[in-house]
Amino acid sequence: MRTSVCCATRSERAMNLSIGMRASVVSVAIFIAFMLAWHIATQGSGPVAQMDPEYAKLMGKTATQGTSAMPGPLDVAAKLWEHLKQPFYDRGPNDKGVGIQLAFSIARVSVGYLLAVLFAIPIGFLIGMSPLMSRALDPFIQVLKPISPLAWMPLALYTIKDSHLSSIFVIFICSVWPMMINTAFGVSAVRKEWVNVARTLEVGPVRRAFTIILPAAAPTILTGMRISIGIAWLVIVAAEMLVGGTGIGYFVWNEWNNLSITNVITAILLIGLVGMVLDQILARLTRLVTFPE
Amino acid sequence: MTDRPGDKFISIEGITKRFPAPGGGATTVFEDLWLSMRRGEFTCIIGHSGCGKTTVLNILAGLDLPTEGTVIVDGQAIEGPSIDRAVIFQSHALLPWRTVMGNVVYAVSSKWPKWSKADQQKQAQKFIDLVGLTGSEHKRPAELSGGMKQRVGIARALSIEPKIMLMDEPFSALDALTRGTLQDEVRRICLETGQTVFMITHDVDESIYLADRVVMMSNGPDAVLAEIVENPLPKDRKRTDFHKHPLYYGVRNHIIDFLVTRSKSIRDEVKAGAPFDRRHVPVVRPGVPVAVASNGSPSVSPMPARPSTSVASQGR
Repeated sequence: MRTSVCCATRSERAMNLSIGMRASVVSVAIFIAFMLAWHIATQGSGPVAQMDPEYAKLMGKTATQGTSAMPGPLDVAAKLWEHLKQPFYDRGPNDKGVGIQLAFSIARVSVGYLLAVLFAIPIGFLIGMSPLMSRALDPFIQVLKPISPLAWMPLALYTIKDSHLSSIFVIFICSVWPMMINTAFGVSAVRKEWVNVARTLEVGPVRRAFTIILPAAAPTILTGMRISIGIAWLVIVAAEMLVGGTGIGYFVWNEWNNLSITNVITAILLIGLVGMVLDQILARLTRLVTFPE
Repeated sequence: MTDRPGDKFISIEGITKRFPAPGGGATTVFEDLWLSMRRGEFTCIIGHSGCGKTTVLNILAGLDLPTEGTVIVDGQAIEGPSIDRAVIFQSHALLPWRTVMGNVVYAVSSKWPKWSKADQQKQAQKFIDLVGLTGSEHKRPAELSGGMKQRVGIARALSIEPKIMLMDEPFSALDALTRGTLQDEVRRICLETGQTVFMITHDVDESIYLADRVVMMSNGPDAVLAEIVENPLPKDRKRTDFHKHPLYYGVRNHIIDFLVTRSKSIRDEVKAGAPFDRRHVPVVRPGVPVAVASNGSPSVSPMPARPSTSVASQGR
């Protein structure tokens, strides 16, 4: 009996391992297939028209040498390596290392996001605790929530008169809603019996908020924060394209103007990676406060 | 019957609970309910779902307010929840993010916030040991079985040394074996500490084993506190043999008869206008001949069909 149980768990574990392994193998296969397809697709063997050398100088490589205008995976990898070797150089306003640009974006997102945390969680708490405030604030939230954060940009630029602060404001306004709504929901959905435990123990409202409602609502609040960080990272790229100057969004737009598709693809890759890291941080935090029932 | 000061440790005085009914008007759950309990007494309340047992318990806990009437505990009217009245919830209501120790310490630190951490833990440990959970202090509720969770709930309630323990069907979610063991523990602890207990139950045997008095409510809505059964079994009864006591079947049949037929008929009679003194509810000691009944109050056996013909009344 004992051995059969042990073997069952062992084979189960082996099964799990093999699923993980098999998934990795499939992932790598998909990656290689995609890279190969990309590489072949961008090889370029188009017909090269004979032309006057003077004229050929004005034309791109597609016309003169038959190569693809789209960079291949090797070009992007080389570019990425170049950026990673020297991420923080600064050669004037239009030529900064991609590390500096990402740092600008992350700093804006962090400030706007933290301001949103400080604003949304207390307000969400209030809404969750008070049916009156919940009903009173509901129409405002319903109207403000669906507004694209970028629609606020002109108003922000006009009133704040600073493009850097305006982009922080846009991050703030887009991060606020999921956090506020989730906090309100989490707080209002705290099990009555837990609140009753505190009531019968004569626990005061402040201690009750911190010892019962906050831990009980924490998983829901953190889920809202995780949604918000995702949205904030989506919005910062667009906001920086608008305001310009610094940031990964500006970098993408600048490289588009330079017609450096290699840099654009590199930036897209980096945006994805940073977004994943931000999401994973919040996922970790959510796991920390989640309790089994 | 003369009033002794200890007789009215808890005094429920004419409480009524009404809820607004859909489509206007109000549904009366129960009306003008009177009941008193002695210090150190174990009272079980029994009745069908919807008769307002839980509402009575919540009013005693201060979690709910009566529409009319008051409840006086130890000379003080109840105005809200109090740490002197501990509640053991049917669903145990442990805080899942805290350990066993954390849950009990939460109660202890609410009662004695100025105590040092070590003293609070010591007090908590004492009651964790008392309910037999030594060694599980650092487990979270999710790692415990249903019976163990309810033990934590009991330890938490006892650790604040309450004047009254209010239990809302504490054992109903447990399997029969665990229930039996926990009943033994609760009875032992309550006898040792002289705890005053008010408990809701649906289990007739549980009420006969645990209770000094079984309070029976008629069906709701418009429920009345129909009758009080004084438990004639000896105080030193054991779970292993209390059902062999000569008076056991008399009590059991009486309570079951009540639940099966009279809980409805009494409600209907009272509703139809039959005289019923809500302040002096009939008290019976089934199976005990009149001459043997203690403290001079004559009891009736077998029960008369109409409560109004009953002679004994609640001590007040």
